[in-house]
Amino acid sequence: MTARKAASTLFMGALWVAGLVAVIPLVLIVYYVLLKGLPAVHVGFFTQTAPPPGVPGGGMSQAMWGTGLIVGMATLISVPLGVLTAVYLSEFGRGRLAVGVRFVAEILLSTPSIVAGAFIWALVVVAMHSFSALAGAIALTVLMWPIITRATEETLRLVPDELREAALALGVPRWKMVLRIVIPTAGSGILTAVMLAVARGFGETAPILLTSLGNDFLNTNPLQPTDAVPLRIYNYAQSAFPAWQTLAWGGAITLLGAVLVLSIGARLLSDRQQRRLG
Amino acid sequence: MSDTFASDSAESLGILETLVRPAVSRAGEREAESTSAPMVTVNGLGVAYGSKTALEGVSMLIPERRITAFIGPSGCGKSTALRCFNRMNDGISGFRISGGTVLLDGQDVYARGVNVTALRRAVGMVFQQPNPFPMSIYDNIALAVREHERGISRSTLDGIVEQALRQANLWDEVRDCLTQSALSLSGGQQQRLCIARALAVRPTVLMLDEPCASLDPISTGRIEELLLELSADYTIVIVTHNLAQAQRISDKVGFFLMGRLVEFGDALQVFEASARPETAEYVRGAFG
Repeated sequence: MTARKAASTLFMGALWVAGLVAVIPLVLIVYYVLLKGLPAVHVGFFTQTAPPPGVPGGGMSQAMWGTGLIVGMATLISVPLGVLTAVYLSEFGRGRLAVGVRFVAEILLSTPSIVAGAFIWALVVVAMHSFSALAGAIALTVLMWPIITRATEETLRLVPDELREAALALGVPRWKMVLRIVIPTAGSGILTAVMLAVARGFGETAPILLTSLGNDFLNTNPLQPTDAVPLRIYNYAQSAFPAWQTLAWGGAITLLGAVLVLSIGARLLSDRQQRRLG
Repeated sequence: MSDTFASDSAESLGILETLVRPAVSRAGEREAESTSAPMVTVNGLGVAYGSKTALEGVSMLIPERRITAFIGPSGCGKSTALRCFNRMNDGISGFRISGGTVLLDGQDVYARGVNVTALRRAVGMVFQQPNPFPMSIYDNIALAVREHERGISRSTLDGIVEQALRQANLWDEVRDCLTQSALSLSGGQQQRLCIARALAVRPTVLMLDEPCASLDPISTGRIEELLLELSADYTIVIVTHNLAQAQRISDKVGFFLMGRLVEFGDALQVFEASARPETAEYVRGAFG
C-alpha cells in the first residue's frame, strides 16, 4: 500500500470514528431514558395527575396539558411574528433597520434561556402579580421567535429570484407576489422552521420555571400558574421518592419522543422541499 | 410550375430567382406596407448603477407590430435598455436614469405617478431561462389574469387560458394535462408557456431577453416561427446573441456597444450595408 493510500485510509477511518462518537451520545441517551422510563409509561401516565408522595403510579397529565397550553400559546404568538419578520427581512428590508433586526434575532438565538425567563418575570409576572401560563408563553416566545425568523428567512431566500421577476413582469404587485408565489413556494420550509422552534419550546425548563411556576393540578386558565413536563421532571428528579423518580423518567421519554418526532419530521420535510426547488 | 422551370422567358427566370434565393432576411418583405407608427420612443436615454454608467445617449424609435432586435456583445447594455421599457430595473439597488426619456405610445414611462403594474401588464417580458411558477400549467397562466381581472368567472378564465396557449402554439400539446405541474414540461414547452403567460394579460409590447439561449435548435425554430406570427398583432422587441436569428426574424435592428447604441435601422441595411464600421465588424463576426 502506498503512502498516499495509507494516509487516505487513515483519514477516512478518523472520519468514521468521529461520526460514531457524535452519534453515540444520542444512542446512549435514548437507550438509558427508555430503560429507566418505560416502567412509568402506561395509560395512567397520560391520564392521571400527580400522585401524593410515596404513592406509586399516577401520571403527568396536568403537566402535559400545561405544556400544550404554554407551548401552544407561544407558537400562536411567535409564528406570525417570526414569519412576518422573516418576510420583511427577505423581501423588503434593505437598510439599517433590517440589519438591526437580523442582529437582534442572532443575539436572541444564543441568549441563555434563564435570562429570558428572568426578564419576563420582571416584566410580566411582577406586573400581573401572578405566575401564569401566559408569562411562560411569552418567555418561550423570546426563545422561539428568533429560530422561526432566521430559519424562515433562509428558506425564503432559497426561492429563486427568477420566479419573483416573472411575477413582477406580469404586473403582479410586490406584496401579492410575496403572498402568492414566494411564501407558497417556500411552503414546507416555513413549516420546518416552526417545527424546530416548537421542539425547542417543548424542552425549555428555566424560562417557565420563573414564569409559570408549576402546579400539581390541572389548570386551563392561562392567567394562573400552570404545570409543564420539564418542570415536573426537574422537581421529581430531585425528590426522595422512587415513584416520583420513575415518573420523571417517564416525562423524559415523553419529551424526548416529542422532540425526536418534530426534529425528524422537520428533516424529512426539509428534504422534500429541497427536491421541490432543486 | 414545371413549365416555368423549363421555359426561358424573362418572367420565368424572375420566378426561378425568387425560388432559389435563400430566405436569409425578411427585412425587405414588409417595406411595401406603410411604415408603422413608433410604439416606443427612446430619447437620449442614460442609465447608471451607482457610479457605473450602463447606457448613454440611446435614442431610437421602435415601430409597432414589427420585430426589433437588439444585438451586441455581452455586457453592452442591451438587456438594461430592454428592462427600462417595463421598469424592471427599478428594484436593482443603485439604479437611476441619468438622462433622457422612454415614451410608450407617447407617455413617459418614468413620469411621476405612473402605475407600474399597469405598465408591466402592457409591456410583457419573457426571460432567458424559462421560469414557470411551481404550479399547474393552468394556474401559471391564470395567476396574473386573476390579478388583473377581478371576479372573473371560471369559464371566462378557461377561455383566456386556452386562447393564450393557442397563441403560443402550445394548446395542442397540453390541452389534456392542464393540471399537471408546469415543471414537467420540456425546456421549449416551458418557454412557450412563459410566452402564453405573458400574452394572457393582453400586452401591447412583448419583450424577450435571449429567449432561445437555453433551447435546442428545433425549439428555437418553433419559437422564431411563433414570434413571426405574433408580430402581426404585437410589437416585439428581442435581445439576441444569435446574429442569424436576428437576420431571420427581425425588421429593425439596434446594435449596442459598451453602453451606446451605435446603429439602429432596417435589418437589411444593418446587416448588409452598415453605416458604422463597428457594426460591420460585429456582424461579420470579428468580435463579440
